[in-house]
Amino acid sequence: MTAKKPTGVHGVVLDTRTTFTLVEFCSACGVEQRRIVEMVEEGVIEPIAGQDDWRFHGEALLRAKRALRLVRDLGVNWPGAALALDLLEEIERLDRR
Amino acid sequence: MKFRDYYETLGLDRNASADDIKRAYRRLARKYHPDVSKEPDAEARFKEMKEAYEVLKDPEKRAAYDQFGENWEAGQEFQPPPGWDGSSFTYGGGEFGGAEHFSDFFETLFGGRGRERDPFGGGFSGYREARMNGEDVNARIQISLADSFHGATRQLALEVPEVGSDGRVVRRQKTLNVTIPKGITAGQRIRLEGQGGPAFGSGAKPGDLYLTVEFTPQPPFEARGRDIHVTLPVTPAEAVLGRTVKAPTLGGTVEVRIPPGSSTGKKLRLKGRGLPGREAGDQIVELRIVVPEKPDSATRALYEELEKANPQNPRAGLGV
Repeated sequence: MTAKKPTGVHGVVLDTRTTFTLVEFCSACGVEQRRIVEMVEEGVIEPIAGQDDWRFHGEALLRAKRALRLVRDLGVNWPGAALALDLLEEIERLDRR
Repeated sequence: MKFRDYYETLGLDRNASADDIKRAYRRLARKYHPDVSKEPDAEARFKEMKEAYEVLKDPEKRAAYDQFGENWEAGQEFQPPPGWDGSSFTYGGGEFGGAEHFSDFFETLFGGRGRERDPFGGGFSGYREARMNGEDVNARIQISLADSFHGATRQLALEVPEVGSDGRVVRRQKTLNVTIPKGITAGQRIRLEGQGGPAFGSGAKPGDLYLTVEFTPQPPFEARGRDIHVTLPVTPAEAVLGRTVKAPTLGGTVEVRIPPGSSTGKKLRLKGRGLPGREAGDQIVELRIVVPEKPDSATRALYEELEKANPQNPRAGLGV
């Protein structure tokens, strides 16, 4: 195990300050556009309101990634993943109090 | 290389049916999936289950695995028989997955990432040549409130998968200098593009690194979102008479005016003294009256006079 010199990296904070275009969002999720369309149609994620082209907040990326893993690993469909995510977020909200 | 008992991992007998295997995996997956589970070792456990399921759900792989029979025990030193060729096996994952690295045991037996299958491709679109994006890596980063308040660069050491010179995936210690943006709050995620697991095949992208921010405890400050809470001790005289006292904030010491007649629990809001942001947080100062624990006789006498001068019953509201 060799350790390379540390590299300086800048990340983006995934909140409402960060937005992705549809193309960027597909790339960040690592899926084809039709998957994103499915997720939006099934209410897993929502594009930012009031814009002509779809754009997504950083938080939507976290949700989309999580939904993709749930679909892949648990065999649930999009509505099932959306329900699980809503419940998980509710639990996280209660835990924070 | 250690032998892995895939039946044991899923809590199954060796004669389990395909339905049993699926049921066991789904049940355990719901319990240990890292996105759902609160078990501390969920991620590692889930990886083992997934690997076990990858083998046992596939009749060909299962038959190959079963050749090793019951004589092997988990953890036993293992070498595949001479002439073993795992390269003909196909491998799940696909569009939804990103590359996953299973154990050396798995990769020796089943070759690993030769080809992938698109789980939504179904029937005939079947198998295609692999071009797998790298795995996302999730990690936590501990920072201080001061890091968030001022912005900072923090060194982060983590293990990431990497393709070694022989083409195998190895875990490597990697050190990154991560820029901590001003005003970040606990639980927020920082995405570092391309800093995750390696890609396989031309045109594939490396995975991303997702950092979840945690604050190291830093008394007397406690963050709730962007607001900073501090309990400020005051004397009975300061609380009754109202005084201007010093209070710590993340930005340094400030003067706070205590209004006359403040009881313990009274909250004062210092606008904009919390974590910075488009809408900066506030600092909430909660007063706590601290009395002299061992008053001298002069002080006692003064308090007795106070008692006579001010005969109040603060418990009247409790009906006593």
